[in-house]
Amino acid sequence: MIDDDDHELSGLIRTHATRHRASPALDAAIRTEIALQSAASRKRTRSPEWHWPAWGFAGVGFAFGVLLTVLVVLLSGQAVETDKLAAELVNSHVRALMVSHLTDVASSNRHTVKPWFQGKLDFSPAVQDLAEQGFILVGGRLDYVSGRPVAALVYRRHDHLINVFIWPGSGNEGQQASTRQGFNLLHWHVDGMQYWAVSDAHAEDLAALGKLLH
Amino acid sequence: MTTPRDFETLVLPHLQAAFNFARWLVHDHQVAEDVVQDAFLRAYRYFDSLRGDDARPWLLAIVRNNCYTWLEEQRTEPGRVELDDDLIDKLPAHEHGQETDPGIALERERTRKLVDHALRALAPPFREVVVLRELEGLSYAEIAHVAAIPIGTVMSRLSRARAELKTTLAALRGRN
Repeated sequence: MIDDDDHELSGLIRTHATRHRASPALDAAIRTEIALQSAASRKRTRSPEWHWPAWGFAGVGFAFGVLLTVLVVLLSGQAVETDKLAAELVNSHVRALMVSHLTDVASSNRHTVKPWFQGKLDFSPAVQDLAEQGFILVGGRLDYVSGRPVAALVYRRHDHLINVFIWPGSGNEGQQASTRQGFNLLHWHVDGMQYWAVSDAHAEDLAALGKLLH
Repeated sequence: MTTPRDFETLVLPHLQAAFNFARWLVHDHQVAEDVVQDAFLRAYRYFDSLRGDDARPWLLAIVRNNCYTWLEEQRTEPGRVELDDDLIDKLPAHEHGQETDPGIALERERTRKLVDHALRALAPPFREVVVLRELEGLSYAEIAHVAAIPIGTVMSRLSRARAELKTTLAALRGRN
């Protein structure tokens, strides 16, 4: 074979040529993009999967879709280990900081942030301006958690960023606090929505934010 | 039906190969990142067109396409570095007989720069076959798939690339 002549040259290249490494940020950016794409395409293919006559029942199909999504979330919510979800949320928080993709809509005005989610999610998250209480609204972002698109609100408390993930789900109204990889998490439910706050801010700050978002 | 799970296990593990290949073709870190990210999104969209389980050549072909599209957008002789004296002067000098600091690390660094420089001096069609063969360990058949050329062409390009590399390396060493 041709190679036989070139062991020396091959060895030289294999040993010494630079192998360029992709950064963890690129890896994270690609995974996030793929997750968002997959969420978007699942949304698009939902109706045909149920064999509704395509257009005549589009409205009914959509309502049914929303209902089913909520049901699936409710049912699977019990099955999914909270621990796994917590890990996913922490990853999401870290990833958002790492790839500088914290917000899709950067605004401290809740009247800008709330409408931005319309048409992107099958629910409408409550967005509150809490600047007076010391939580500055930084913006909002579409994220992908636990197999579904969710709303992520970003607040700033002093120098700490707080991600508040919101999606439909019911359960205990009381706050449940935990820590993971050095991050504080707080979980609660209000009005058929579940909230998860993730941050390196103090647990007391998260608790205060949790009360304000009730 | 494709699921993110399949894509994650079959395609995402080849990120390092994809990035190294792109970086060698476009010679720019930022461009390589953009090109690779776009390639993965395309790969995801056309995941159905993947036959079998070996996603690496299939992915690298998409990466290569993106790289060439970018290279073609650049006006002047893309990705080709002339062997000008300025560049050669930047190589750490090899001081015969003096051995002031014969650190192995320094010598390795010097060799790395030499080899990188010689590889960069190859035109893209020759550089890519060497990178795929020597750095990514692809078979001739896989390289043929990635570069969309017959196996015979892969072999002749490799052979010519190696001859050029030897000439360049000899020239660089001679000057130091």
